[in-house]
Amino acid sequence: MACFLVPTAEAAVVTAIRKAKEHKVPSSAGEVKASENVVSIEGESPVVRKLHWLTNMLWGGSALLAFEHIWHGEVAPWFPFLTAMNDPADAAEMFHEMSTVGVTMAVLITVVWGCMVAVTNMIEKRSEAQEESSAET
Amino acid sequence: MTLLITVFAAIIATIVWYKSCPKDEMKVGTLCWLYWGASVMWLVDALFEYAELKEEYFMPALEDMINDAFLGLAVVALGLIIWLVILMIRDPQGKIKAVLKRKTA
Repeated sequence: MACFLVPTAEAAVVTAIRKAKEHKVPSSAGEVKASENVVSIEGESPVVRKLHWLTNMLWGGSALLAFEHIWHGEVAPWFPFLTAMNDPADAAEMFHEMSTVGVTMAVLITVVWGCMVAVTNMIEKRSEAQEESSAET
Repeated sequence: MTLLITVFAAIIATIVWYKSCPKDEMKVGTLCWLYWGASVMWLVDALFEYAELKEEYFMPALEDMINDAFLGLAVVALGLIIWLVILMIRDPQGKIKAVLKRKTA
């Protein structure tokens, strides 16, 4: 009904945090390298650097899910935009769906992102260790 | 059906992205995030629906399946349109800039 609004809200919050973190980095922090999906700044935590992945997944998924809701006639281009809001019983069902399905969606996306960050950190550390050991020999 | 189509689109986009790694001049990575994000969200939707319908979930009516397949294809098309717009705006290879410069010169 409107489950996509929960990941959308999370996307907005994470984007705001990411933007704030990007602006906070002082000019002396080091060289800034902007590549495809990652803005890497020396001295910056890898988790903050990889927040782009989370926002991309949240915004992308929410956009496509919003389209699905339009397809099913659950979102309308006129106020109050959500057709379920016209009837109190439908509205209650919608809020229940948001608190169950919507929250699970947001949590699962965040868990998937967390796993990706953990795995990529491990790969990065392993390759660094390999480079160090090859430099020593 | 929508979930399946989106997952397949995500897998294909990821393979294409991996082949163009690490340069990714066509910004296929954006497409991967779009489709994987939607796939994870639809997976949750499917799990909740399965919990409600049990084995009936795997026996949808033909009409529903066709509608879901059309929706899946429409979602893939929308994802591609979003990716194209981002590609045109960011113009990573500077091709659009070059075309515009040639026109104004």
